[in-house]
This record gives sequence, structure tokens and C-alpha cells, in this order.
Amino acid sequence: MNEELLRDLAPRVLGVLVRRGADFAAAEDAVQEALLEAVRRWPDARPDEPLGWLVTVAGRKLIDAHRAESARHRRELRVHLEPEPGPTEQADDTLLLLSRCCHPSLTPASAIALTLRAVGGLTTAQIAQAFLVPEATMAQRISRAKRTVTGAQFDRPGDVHAVLRVLYLIFNEGFTGEVDLAEEAIRLTRQLAATSEDPEVAGLLALMLLHHARRRARRTAEGALVPLAEQDRSRWDTAMVAEAVDILQRALAKDALGEYQAQAAIAALHADAASAEETDWPQILEWYDELMRLSGSPVVALNRAVALGEVDGPLVGLRAVEQLDPELPRRDAVAAYLHERAGDLAEAARCYALAAEKAPTVAERDHLTKQAARLNAGR
Amino acid sequence: MAKYLLLKHYRSGHEIAPGGLVPMDRWAPEEIEAHMAFMRQVADELRESGEYVDGQALSPEGTFVRYDGEGRPPVTDGPFAETKDLIAGWMVVDVDSQERAFEAAARLSSAPGAGGRPIHEWIEVRPFLGEPPVVTE
Repeated sequence: MNEELLRDLAPRVLGVLVRRGADFAAAEDAVQEALLEAVRRWPDARPDEPLGWLVTVAGRKLIDAHRAESARHRRELRVHLEPEPGPTEQADDTLLLLSRCCHPSLTPASAIALTLRAVGGLTTAQIAQAFLVPEATMAQRISRAKRTVTGAQFDRPGDVHAVLRVLYLIFNEGFTGEVDLAEEAIRLTRQLAATSEDPEVAGLLALMLLHHARRRARRTAEGALVPLAEQDRSRWDTAMVAEAVDILQRALAKDALGEYQAQAAIAALHADAASAEETDWPQILEWYDELMRLSGSPVVALNRAVALGEVDGPLVGLRAVEQLDPELPRRDAVAAYLHERAGDLAEAARCYALAAEKAPTVAERDHLTKQAARLNAGR
Repeated sequence: MAKYLLLKHYRSGHEIAPGGLVPMDRWAPEEIEAHMAFMRQVADELRESGEYVDGQALSPEGTFVRYDGEGRPPVTDGPFAETKDLIAGWMVVDVDSQERAFEAAARLSSAPGAGGRPIHEWIEVRPFLGEPPVVTE
């Protein structure tokens, strides 16, 4: 499995070069070239020490790239890039690299693209394909991002929460092209979790695994959305759920609660229910109260209204929805669901149709339209 | 990230631009050239910022076509009189926010027209329907 090995090694090679003082953007290009050379040559002759091989080749590429520049610059580089005696592996650079790629000066789209390329080891073509943009556009996005973060101080890790946010966004992209971005996000979060004690890193990993465990049940064979309550739970990946719950419990034991741990706790309670009817809604509501204290975002408030509707009845849930901004995405869909549970089918159908009109995605629009049609046909 | 369609109309429910517009065939040839060069420049700027997805110009003359039953040739209608709204072309951008899509549309709308002045034409901005996020509850 050369490809997987290469993608695991890519960020470590980059880390070694950057730690030796190479310019980030130039080092990243050199690593990409070294990876391409490995793809060409390893099938015939895989080196005994793949990491050392890649560091040597990437270092050579870096010097080649600077040949055109001044001799003075070249001498400086040589000093930095002479291989140090002993093993190339030092402290793990994963967080260092990730915090560079997720630097707050970057827009989310740029941070995502740079992370996938520099730490994920994906090619520009693969990233372009995943986001359905031309390769030239993605190449520009990545090189601009590299220019933005080049020159910034790079000797200690930055804010881990900025990194977690980007990893979360990558995960939420799911699977749109040839590259499974959800799996990619899990792979990167695992790498980070292996070197970080922060319980929010573990919380995010648990959250991703709990949602990924449901992926086979989330859509029909035709691609239509299946809501959580209607999913075939026998299709959930129970081994993945068990791993996630284990990770989450160890994180919660550190007693430093954060948003990702709270979200994971809610997902874990859903995963724990053998059927939708057995869902422990009172406990889920408590976690939403906790999340409201931690983030207070309108999206959390909307999801809390669903839980409230399950615990105290749909009318109480509806009263909570009415407090929220009418422009909040998916608000009408939640209102429709609660109206139906309260027995007001006409109002539910009206809200479903309204929600379909405002749906931000095709799958949701189709699902909501079918809900409205189902209720209208029954009257 | 979200994709937006920036639509350029020949005419629409909105007047094409506040105060109307001198038809292009009454512009000086170099004014037309400057307008086209500006459009290419905006596309290049969006490529450079990593936001450009696609762009096409459309022939003004279109025909409506519909199915007319098994074994029968399609029914056609048009071309239409000048009162109809026609789409002149589009650009697709992939941007971080609606605000940024509006900025790109406004930049297109600032293209120079007769006398080299910005034409202020209306650009319609339509979001694409994307894929649902993985995390929903």
C-alpha cells in the first residue's frame, strides 16, 4: 500500500524540512515532487527507510528549485538541508503543520485546501475533483494560501481549536467526488489525536466516528435522505460506535468539556438506542442545554427545540422554535415536524413545502417535498 | 464554500441598468473592446483568487422545445420578440460567502460601457443547491 504510506509520510517529511528552516511554500512543493518520484520508483525498488528516502529526495528537489536564485541563498539552504546525523524522526510535527495550514489569516476554503494537500498528501487534482472546481482554480487557491502563511512564525503550534474547526468542515463535506473527505478528515484527526492530550481533539474524533458509523444507513440506494428516526440501525457500524464511545468516555473523564465532546455525547446517545423509540431524549436534552452554555449558536437552539419536543411534547418544542430567527436555515423543517407530531397536518404540510423551497441542498429539498406531498395526499 | 451562478441578462424584470443603457451597437468599437477586455480580466482575477469555476456567453437567440408524444417530433416555439428576458451568459464562482459572491457580481457590473463609464447593469446571483452536511443533529 504505497499510496497510504506516502500520504502518512508526507506531513512528516514536510515537518522535517520546515523544522530545518526551509520556506514553507517551497518545502511543500518539494515534498509533492518527492512523492511523485516515489510513486514512479517505489513499485520497483521500495527503500528500506521510506521516510529517510523521501527527506533526502525532497531536500534535493528543494535545492534544485533554488538553483536559479542567488548563490548566497543557495549556501544558506545547504547549511539547513545537510542531513543531520541520526534518525530523521523527531518530535511529531502534525499539530505544527496543521496549525500552519489552518492559520486564522486563511479563509475556511483556503485552509481546507492547504490542509488536504500539505498534511493530507492529496494531489491538487484530487482536491479540485472533491470540490468540483477546475484544477487550475484549486492550484491557485493552494498557492495563494501557501503565500499567505509563508513567513509567519512557525516554531510552535498555534490554536488547536482553529485546526479542529477546519477538520470538522472537511468531515462535513462528506463524499462528493472520488475522494472520501469524511474518511480523510477522520484520518487527519486520528493523527492529531495520537499526539494531543486535548479532550476536544478526542471529542471531535468520537463525533466523526459516530456519524461515520451511520453512513450506510443515511441514504437509500437511490441516494434519497433517510432521517435518523427511520434509519435501518442494523446497518450502523457497531465496531466504529464502540471505538468512538470508548474515545469519548476517556475524553469526558478529563473533565474539560467542550462543544465537540458535547456533540459527540448526543451522537453517542442516538447510537446507543436500539430503536428510535428507545432514544434517551431527556439525557439528550441535558446535553443540548450544556451545548447552549458552551456555544449558544442558533443551530444548537434549533436542534434543542427538537429534543424539547420529544421530552415535553411538540407544542413546547414549537414554542421554542417560535423564539428563533425566521431566516434560520432548516427552521421551517423543524416546525413542520413538530406540527405533524402535534396533529396539525395542514400546518405541517404548509411548513414542509415552505422548508422545501428554502432547502439549501437537493437531497433535503426532495425529502421535504415528499413529506409535504405525503401529508397533502392523506387529507 | 458554496457555488453561485452569476447571470448576465440581456433584459429582465429589472431594467437592465438604472437609467437604461445605450445599446452596444452604438458604442465606439474601442469601448466594446474595453468592455470585453474587462470581462476577461474579471475572469482572470477570479482564477487568480482560486474562485473561478466556469463561464460562458450565450447566443441571444434561443428556441423553446418540448415533448409532443411518442413518435412525434419535438414541438418548437420561438425565437421570441424583444420583450422577453434573455440570458446573455453566466459565470460560476466557488466562494466562502454570499457576501463574496455579491462582490464578484458587483465587480462584473462595473464593466465599462459607452463613454467608458461603468454600466451598473444588474447581475442576478443564484446559489447552487449543494450536498447536505454529514452532521445534522
